[in-house]
Amino acid sequence: MTNQRNGSVVIQLADVSKYYGNIRALSGINLTVRRGEVTCVLGDNGAGKSTLIKIISGIHPHDGGVMRLHGKDVRFASPRKALDAGIATVYQDLALIPLMSVWRNFFLGSELTTGMAPLRRLDIARMRRATDDELKKMAIDLPDIDAPVGRLSGGERQVVAIARAIFFGAQVLILDEPTAALGIKQSGVVLKYIAAARDAGLSVIFISHNPHHAYLVGDHFAVLNLGRMELDARRDEMSIDDLIQHMAGGAELKSLEHEMRRSGSVL
Amino acid sequence: MQLAEHAERMKHRPAARALLLQPEVGALIGALIVIAFFSMVAPTIRHVGSVSTVLYQSSTLGIMAVGVALLMIGGEFDLSAGVAVITSALTASMFAYQLGTNVWVGVIIALLVSLGIGAFNGVMLVRTGLPSFLVTLGTFLMLQGANLAITRLVTGNVATNDISNMAGFDSARAIFASTFTIGGADASVSIVWWLALVAIGTWVLLRATAGNWIFAVGGNAASARAVGVPVTRTKIGLFMGVGLCAWIAGMHQLFAYTTVQSGGGVGLELEYIVAAVVGGCLLTGGYGSVVGAAIGALIFGVVSQGVVYAGWNPDWFKFFLGAMLLLATLVNAFVRAQAYRRRAA
Repeated sequence: MTNQRNGSVVIQLADVSKYYGNIRALSGINLTVRRGEVTCVLGDNGAGKSTLIKIISGIHPHDGGVMRLHGKDVRFASPRKALDAGIATVYQDLALIPLMSVWRNFFLGSELTTGMAPLRRLDIARMRRATDDELKKMAIDLPDIDAPVGRLSGGERQVVAIARAIFFGAQVLILDEPTAALGIKQSGVVLKYIAAARDAGLSVIFISHNPHHAYLVGDHFAVLNLGRMELDARRDEMSIDDLIQHMAGGAELKSLEHEMRRSGSVL
Repeated sequence: MQLAEHAERMKHRPAARALLLQPEVGALIGALIVIAFFSMVAPTIRHVGSVSTVLYQSSTLGIMAVGVALLMIGGEFDLSAGVAVITSALTASMFAYQLGTNVWVGVIIALLVSLGIGAFNGVMLVRTGLPSFLVTLGTFLMLQGANLAITRLVTGNVATNDISNMAGFDSARAIFASTFTIGGADASVSIVWWLALVAIGTWVLLRATAGNWIFAVGGNAASARAVGVPVTRTKIGLFMGVGLCAWIAGMHQLFAYTTVQSGGGVGLELEYIVAAVVGGCLLTGGYGSVVGAAIGALIFGVVSQGVVYAGWNPDWFKFFLGAMLLLATLVNAFVRAQAYRRRAA
C-alpha cells in the first residue's frame, strides 16, 4: 500500500455535521487524522467531542459532509463495521470485566479455540502466551495475567484495553478521556502508552479536556466549542498557553476573569 | 532465555492466594466442618449405606444446582426452577398415560416442554428488560397453578396415574432411577447423573468459549456486548440449561415414584439458590463455580441426613441450613476480600 508512511492521511472529515432532531451537535467540521500521529480533540463538556467520536467509531452516522478513510468515502452502520475497518475505540468504561482474569478479558468475544465441536475448547495456553507477549511488547509490566482485572489500577486497565485494541489489528485508536479518572502518576503511564501506540504506526485520536495531558503527546490539536471547530493547529504552530486559552473559550474566559475580579471587590 | 523469563512471569503467583481465589474454598471448609461435626454427634453417618443416602439426597438437589449455579454466574435467577421439575415429570407422565404411548414419547415431550420453559424465561428477560426475579416469579406462579389445574383437569386428581405397567417404563427407569451396588451399598443412578452434570458444567464454564461468555454477561453485560459477546443468546441458553436440569430431575422423580404429586416443588427453587450461594456464586453474577454448587448440595445432604442420624427432630434441618447459608456467605465474602485486595503499589 502506498499510504503506509507516517504522516499520510488516514481519516479525513470534510464539512461534517450532525443533528439530533433540531439540535445541531456538530457543523462544518474539518479534521485530518494522520498515520503515526496523535490527534487531540479537546473541548468543554457539550462541545461535541463525544458526537465526533461517535461518528468516527460508527455509533451514529453523520448527517452532512463526508468522511474518508484512506481516501474512500465511508459511513459506518455499526461499531462492528468501524472495527472491521480498523477503527477501535477504548471508552472510559473500557469494556473490561473486573472479575475476569487479564487474559480472559484480553480475548473476550474473540476467543482462540482448539479441537473439533462438540469438544471445541478454549486454547488457554495460546491465549495466555499471546496476552503476555502483547503486553510485554508494549513494555507493560503486570505481575500476573491470571489476576482479575479488578485488581489492576485504573491506569493498568486503560493500558490493557489499549493493548487489546492494537492486538486485534486497530489502525486508528480512539481514546475517550483515558486520563480523566486517573491520578498524575497513572496518567503518565497511560500517556506513555499513547506515545508507544503512535510510534507503532497507529493513528491515535485522543479525546480530553485536559490541555496539559494533550500537549504532552499531541501532534495536532482540534478544539471544539459548541459544535464548531474553534481551533485546528499543529503542535509547532502553537504553545500550551494558546491551547489553554482556546479551550477555555478565549473571549469567554476574558469576560469571566473580568466578572470574577468585580465580584471579588464586592466581597 | 526468553522462554525462561516467560515462565517466570507466568508463574509469579502466590500459591496461597491462588487457592483462595477459587470460589469453592469457603464451601469446602464448610463441608469439612459439617462432616466432622455430624461424624461426631451421629457416628452412623460414616457407614457406607448412610454415605450412599447422603449422596442421594445431595444429588436430587445437586442436579438442579448445576444449572442454577451457571445461571447465577451469568447474572440471573430462576425462581421457577423448583416447580419446573414437577411440570416436567407431570408432562411426561400425563402425556404417555392419556395417549397410551410408550413412556419414552412422554419423556421426549417433557424435554421439549422443559427447554421451552427455559427459553420462555430467557426470551421474556431479554425482550422486556425486566429483572429475572420478576420474570421467573411470574413463571413460578403460572407453573404452580398450571401444574395443579391441568393435572386435575386431566386426571381428576391431585396426582398422576401410576405408569409403571406401561411400555418403555422399565428402560426409562433403568436410565433415570435405577440403583446399582458399589462398595457393598446400593447407590442411585441419580448420583451418576449429578456427577456427570457437574463435570460437564465445569468443563463448559472453564474450558469452553461459552463459559467465558457466561462469566462476562454476569460480570458486566454492557461491556460484554461491546466486545462482541452474544449476550442474548448466552442468557437464553443459560435458562434452557436450567430447563435441561429440571427435565433430568423430573424424570428421576417420575421413574423413582411412578406417580407425581402436582403440588410439589414449591420452595425448592430457593434451596438450589442456597446451594449455589453456599458454593461461592455471587448473587450479583460474574463469579462462582459449578463444583462449589455441588459442595453446597453435599452440605445439604449431610445436614438433612445428619439431623436424622443424630436422632434430632427434623425440624432442626432448616435451622441448620439457614445458619450454614449465613456462615458460608460470610466466609466467602471474607475470603474474596482477602484475595482480591488490590496490590499496595
